[in-house]
Amino acid sequence: MIHLDNVTKEYARGGAALQDVSVHVRKGEFCFLTGHSGSGKSTTLKLIHMAERPTRGEVRVSGYSSERTPEREVWKVRRRVGCIFQDFRLLPGRTALENVAFALEVTGTPASVVRARAQRLLAQVGLAPKAGAMVHRLSGGEQQRVAIARALANDPVVLLADEPTGNLDERATRGIMELFWEINASGMAVVMATHDLELVRLYGQARVLELDQGRLVYDSARSQAPAISKATT
Amino acid sequence: MTYALREAVAAFRRAPVLTGLASSMVGLALFVVGLFALAAYNLGEALHLVEERVEIVVYLRDDARNQEIELAHGELSSLPEVQEVHYVSKEAALENARRDLPELGEVFADLTVNPLPASLEVRLRPGYRTQEAVDQVSALAAAYAFVEDVAFGRDWVEKLFALRRVAAVTVAVLGTAFALVATLIIGTALKIAVFARREEIYIMRLVGAKDGFIRRPFLLEGAMAGFLGGVLAVLLTYLTFRVVYAFLFTLEWIPTPWVVVGTLAGVAFGVLASGFSVRRHLREV
Repeated sequence: MIHLDNVTKEYARGGAALQDVSVHVRKGEFCFLTGHSGSGKSTTLKLIHMAERPTRGEVRVSGYSSERTPEREVWKVRRRVGCIFQDFRLLPGRTALENVAFALEVTGTPASVVRARAQRLLAQVGLAPKAGAMVHRLSGGEQQRVAIARALANDPVVLLADEPTGNLDERATRGIMELFWEINASGMAVVMATHDLELVRLYGQARVLELDQGRLVYDSARSQAPAISKATT
Repeated sequence: MTYALREAVAAFRRAPVLTGLASSMVGLALFVVGLFALAAYNLGEALHLVEERVEIVVYLRDDARNQEIELAHGELSSLPEVQEVHYVSKEAALENARRDLPELGEVFADLTVNPLPASLEVRLRPGYRTQEAVDQVSALAAAYAFVEDVAFGRDWVEKLFALRRVAAVTVAVLGTAFALVATLIIGTALKIAVFARREEIYIMRLVGAKDGFIRRPFLLEGAMAGFLGGVLAVLLTYLTFRVVYAFLFTLEWIPTPWVVVGTLAGVAFGVLASGFSVRRHLREV
């Protein structure tokens, strides 16, 4: 479903962010993408939702290739991929419901179903009672749930989460992780970038990909000896 | 389109200060252009009035025969540059002089012989009131044997045409400069308005909105800000016109087509400036 084939990403300033990375994420898989700051986690996610294009190699997402998808058609990829960020990226001055409805409206969902569907999505993430609250009045965990509901709006095949718990306390983090597992259990793949190794250990059944200085140094699907535990013990 | 219109209107509601500021900046920029248009139009009208007074006076010899005068009258009248030819007899000339120059009343009263010549007063058509046309018609008139002299106030006409050339160049240069300044201000104002909503553009792109869909509400918002700015500029210009008219001097209001073009220019600038700004942000994700 997601293929990174010998992907290298170089920037004019700052050199190589990724070097010759090859990964295949299957449908319904839960993957942690770990590594230190600057290891290439965010770049990998940007390549998957085609905010960036590889310098060499190819990225394929649900049948769309980075080599054959022109910029004007990237929207097709984006509707197959839901994105969540550490800073939530919600629209201030709007309610939780409006933030979710926004994702439906801008992708051309008929106006007659937008409201009901947005409410259903908020209910799915446990925020139905807060649908009418302005997002800036919600807690961090609640704002992240709104962001998740928005990411799910267009029925993506994969959820990309870039440090989604980075701004949350332990309790909110646990809640968000449980939500991710529920979403994953429904058959949606989840790729979550995090540098929180405790979290990775806590959910040991997930696949772990570790990046270091732009290189894929560990893939739990291929190796028996997790580099993470070596690095932290 | 319903969504685009709703979002464009909502933008004014959600960020009234920012959108109001953008509209005001568009309005003030166009107000400067409006003031310039008012000044340029009235300068043009003033020059036009002066130009209407450009007249060639063909003084006739006392021995000129009526047939000759009629022939010249007909020939001059048929020239494409000429609007009308008016014959002024010696008696009428004296009458005019008595009326126009009352301070010389005693001199005229003592006259036993009328010293003033008869004349043909030639007025040129609008569009032909140029130095070249004046010279050409004067030369033709002077060629008649019974013509004593041809006068058109050479110095005055030359000065008038020089003034018109200076005015035309000034209007063109200043007009271009004002239009450029207005374009820059409008562009910057709407760029700020779009920049403030770049996160919205980012999120739209992220969730899979098509570029055209993202662009539409911003273009509409730009058009609305441009239109409101245009209306504001017309109101401010009209207010200035009334004040100047009431307290300083008489002037004329600019023609309606100019007002419509100015307001539409505001709309067009608004759409273009928003379009360019959104396009830049669309490339960011």
